[in-house]
Amino acid sequence: MKDVLEQVAEWRVEGRGVALATVIETWGSSPRPAGSHLAVNEQGNFVGSVSGGCVEGAVVETALRVMAEGAPELIEFGVTTERAWEVGLACGGRVRIYVERVD
Amino acid sequence: MKADLLEQLLAARAARRPVVLATWLESARQELFCANEDAGAGDAELHAALREAIERDAARIHELEGEPVFVQPFNPPLCLMIVGAVHIAQQLAPMAASAGYEVLVIDPRGAFASEARFPDVSLSTKWPGEALESAELDQRCAVVTLSHDPKLDDAALAAALASGVFYIGALGSRKTHAGRLERLRACGFDDDALARIHGPVGLDIGARTPAEIAVSILAQMTQCLRHSSV
Repeated sequence: MKDVLEQVAEWRVEGRGVALATVIETWGSSPRPAGSHLAVNEQGNFVGSVSGGCVEGAVVETALRVMAEGAPELIEFGVTTERAWEVGLACGGRVRIYVERVD
Repeated sequence: MKADLLEQLLAARAARRPVVLATWLESARQELFCANEDAGAGDAELHAALREAIERDAARIHELEGEPVFVQPFNPPLCLMIVGAVHIAQQLAPMAASAGYEVLVIDPRGAFASEARFPDVSLSTKWPGEALESAELDQRCAVVTLSHDPKLDDAALAAALASGVFYIGALGSRKTHAGRLERLRACGFDDDALARIHGPVGLDIGARTPAEIAVSILAQMTQCLRHSSV
């Protein structure tokens, strides 16, 4: 399986817009540790993971916005946030994710 | 992240140079540091954060001058040297590769270390002792001997013991292992050194088939890697 950052570089060479999401903080039983990466391209294709598959869909949405607007965003998921009802972490953990455009 | 910073990051990894990426979360400033003694030297708190990240191989947020900074280490890729291009090696090589290891299989017997038997795996047909002495083994490396043949395994184990690898495993029954330790003792390795060798190799999970034995070896490597760095 290709490394996430290598995939980012490859997408850049192909001229695609790319955003990188990084887990920067976790509480409780989060499935992926700080430093885990998810990369998204402008077609919405993604590699890597920032959870066990629970919040990736929402992160891809954020990544597409960050790609379009340029400013990095910090997003948080967990059972205590309202969004949890849509895309929360079933494990009961919480996770903060930094999403930035690669340019 | 700037594209040139990403390039530097990938180049460092390819050259097995540890680096640390710091991201100031409010101002979006981002900087890549080489993980040498001087990294961040002008700023004691930053310097300490960079060192901690590399030593613990773990990323976290630090509060530096009132701003949260995400400090993420990029240690060189893990590497696994397998001595003996045998059936278990055919299973262990791809499993370790998917766990993030750069794998090299060493066996001077060309009939064993063949591309047909090891598609997409780096192979060396040098003598194992020689191959490992020139390999710059460090604490991101593991060495596993699988050949059962003292001519191949012993020199490899001696080279591994002389290095700082985080894991050494040797396949063989308790009796075979006892004989191996006697020979290495005669070469001048003391009990503390010999205790670094996991033999018989792998966690005791009742493994029978080559694939199951490979799982038990990779599990034991993971245990040594992760439990010792916390």
